[in-house]
Amino acid sequence: MAIMIGVLYAAGIYMILRRSMVKLIIGLTFLGNGANLLIFLLGRITKGKPPIIPSDASLLSDVYADPVPQALILTAIVISFGLQAFAIILVKKAYEVVKTDDMDQMNNTDRDDHEG
Amino acid sequence: MLIAVLSGFILAFIMAFTGRWFKGKLSLLLSSVPVLLFLYFLQYSSTVAQGETLLFSYTWVPSMDIDFVFYLDGLSLLFSLLITGIGSLVFIYTAAYMKNHEYLDRFFAYLGMFMASMLGVVLSDNVVTLFIFWELTSISSFFLIGFKNESAESRKSALQALVITGLGGLFLLGAAALLGQITQSYSIQEMLQSGISIESSPLYGIVLLLIFVAAFTKSAQFPFHFWLPGAMTAPTPVSTYLHSATMVKAGIYLLARMSPLLGGQPAWSLTLMIFGGITMLYAAFHAIYRTDLKAILAYSTVSALGILVFLIGMGTEKSLLAASLFILVHALYKASLFLVAGTIDHEAGTRNLDQLGGLRKVLMPLAIAGLLAAISNAGIPPTIGFVGKDLIYEATLGTDSTLWLFTLVALITNILLLAAGFLAGIKPFTGPMPDALKDTHAAPVLMWLPPLLLAVLGLALGLYPAMIEGFTRAVHSSLLGSTSTAHLALWHGFNLVLLLSLVTLALGVTLYMVIRPSAERLAKVERFEKFSPKFILNGLGAAGTFFARAITSLLQNGYLRYYVFTIISFLTLLMAYKIISGVNLYIDYSRLSILSAKEIIIFSIMLASILFAIFTNSRLAAVASMGIMGYSICLLFVFFSAPDLAMTQFAIDTLTVILFVLVLYHLPKYLVLSETGIRLRDAALSITFGLFMTITIIEVLNEPVDKITSAYYAENAYKLAKGKNIVNVILVDFRGIDTMIEITVLAISAVGVFGLLKSKVNENPLKE
Repeated sequence: MAIMIGVLYAAGIYMILRRSMVKLIIGLTFLGNGANLLIFLLGRITKGKPPIIPSDASLLSDVYADPVPQALILTAIVISFGLQAFAIILVKKAYEVVKTDDMDQMNNTDRDDHEG
Repeated sequence: MLIAVLSGFILAFIMAFTGRWFKGKLSLLLSSVPVLLFLYFLQYSSTVAQGETLLFSYTWVPSMDIDFVFYLDGLSLLFSLLITGIGSLVFIYTAAYMKNHEYLDRFFAYLGMFMASMLGVVLSDNVVTLFIFWELTSISSFFLIGFKNESAESRKSALQALVITGLGGLFLLGAAALLGQITQSYSIQEMLQSGISIESSPLYGIVLLLIFVAAFTKSAQFPFHFWLPGAMTAPTPVSTYLHSATMVKAGIYLLARMSPLLGGQPAWSLTLMIFGGITMLYAAFHAIYRTDLKAILAYSTVSALGILVFLIGMGTEKSLLAASLFILVHALYKASLFLVAGTIDHEAGTRNLDQLGGLRKVLMPLAIAGLLAAISNAGIPPTIGFVGKDLIYEATLGTDSTLWLFTLVALITNILLLAAGFLAGIKPFTGPMPDALKDTHAAPVLMWLPPLLLAVLGLALGLYPAMIEGFTRAVHSSLLGSTSTAHLALWHGFNLVLLLSLVTLALGVTLYMVIRPSAERLAKVERFEKFSPKFILNGLGAAGTFFARAITSLLQNGYLRYYVFTIISFLTLLMAYKIISGVNLYIDYSRLSILSAKEIIIFSIMLASILFAIFTNSRLAAVASMGIMGYSICLLFVFFSAPDLAMTQFAIDTLTVILFVLVLYHLPKYLVLSETGIRLRDAALSITFGLFMTITIIEVLNEPVDKITSAYYAENAYKLAKGKNIVNVILVDFRGIDTMIEITVLAISAVGVFGLLKSKVNENPLKE
């Protein structure tokens, strides 16, 4: 699992370092997933014991998975979706304006530079 | 007292809203503020003259030992009276001088702010509040100097003054902190009474240096003197108020205040005497070469400030007495001369000595004011200037060691200053009147009364020095740190001091007769400008700007990936250092659960999809593999007891992929944009970082985990919130507000997306 997170981080950063905007967003997604898994792992993982109180009890008696990281991740997933949705639309709009996916060519706010 | 000090700020604040009512005739009404303050401070003068001191304290930040403590003794009262007294005259004068100016209200607001800050400086007993007010004077003077903000030169001078005095302020803060550290107190009086000898502290030298830079920058001492002549681009009332009587004296005040605390050491006196001596000679020479009235006055002010620094540095009883009186004397005649110059400028339309002459015919009262001020400046009896000059000579003669040198320096300076004073105060009124000035009008009463008042006061005090004897004693006591028994008199009999005065007078008048300031002579002096401190400091400033620009363009290059690269590289280096410097890396195999077959499959799928996403040339494939990766994580959540997460991840991933695909449809083809070398470099960095992350995680996992929070939620989920799914209960009950904010974020994002989609892209309107 730890190795998997390392791979996700590596992939995310590699993608961010590329020049394409689409790759940038994919990279962000990878990083986000890596971070989620990291939090998940740090709460120690438990198999097959969801933190749900059985219907006939009012307390959890058995060993259970840590609910706090799960709550955190749930929030993180939702927020990262907000970010991604916005980024994707932004990319689309930016492409419509400057007609390129290459970030090196949108380095200038002057309109005249895009005509080339 | 607090209200008295802050009233200027209150005035400025009120002006911000009601300023437009005060632009016309009502502006004179504003003068009542400084006049009332002047009367308020005047009522304390008899008490203080009897040697008493008053303390007013108001709690401000008790936890940090910073309070408004206002300490009223001879020194601070003298300054308060100067600030409010000359302030009153300046306010009145301004009402006439800048009549119907568009931004008159603003100008008064700045003046009020400045007056309040200045009062704060001289009254604060706490060094931290002293610093705050000190900075406020710099800031408000910036606005005042740069008041003619449409002129580039004016803006430049204002900036110069701000940089120099602001720099000094920083040094003052340093000094305040160190003093507080040495004496365990921020109160100047407590420092004095505590008896802790600061000289023996190892920090003494640093404190001294910091105080010196602060005082020298504020009081325009060599080599920081150049901002003051530059600041003459300000309207004349400002020059009068800030640059003759008050702000430039703040540095003098600081030195005087610190003198009983830090003085008496060779390091103190030598530095002050050397810098004061250089300044007074250097500036006095400059003064007589100028043709602009205000420039003459500015340089002679710098020179006078040099004399004060010199006297404080000397530190003998006589010299401190001379300093106590000279502060008052100088303020009286210099403010008067400045106001005279301002009126001449206003009525005749020029301040250039080449073109001025014979103005006595139309501006008679002003000519009297100029004459009186000039003779007070010259030290001709029976003015107070004579008493002051006498004391300076007595002080220099009183030192044993290299007495002739000091006296000589003082003599030369005084001769030059006398000539400069005559140039400014008498020359414009004498001789034939040039044709160009024939249509000069008589000045309104408000423009000649204030300078005349000051000049007459100088004369009156000279005739009856006993009037201010008690008061001067009180000032002297504050400087000495012990009780003074000084005696002031106009006439001391025939002695060496009188002889020196006569020599000064004779040579000074001769010099005045001989020199004819003109543009050619000014040009000669200005050739040396290249070697002046002003030029060097400006050069340093330019170099600093260049350096900053180079650094900025290196770091802020506008390429996201370089930022990311830099940050990650640095982080990797840090981690590498930590890992190499010893890491406790072991894997507790007993705690590792055996990977089941399905988990291995999931991991392989993830790995494959990640690699595919990286290396594929098709955008669609990359997005699809990203989706597969997301689903794999979703499955992981299922295996490891997180059903809620699995559901969320599933929904979100689906949405993201759909969205992506919809948008991608419009985008161009993937291109391999980077060169192989760069790709390899990035790959190396990414892999190293990922590896380090893995190592860190493994290490962290070896640490014990604290489950208190989780246990609390698990126990109370049903009891308090009547919910059985603990994750849900946390989100909607325990941390309900967080979730609400999260939803808000999503809403904002949705609005953003909607806005982006709806907005029409304006197809290069410049092209058409």
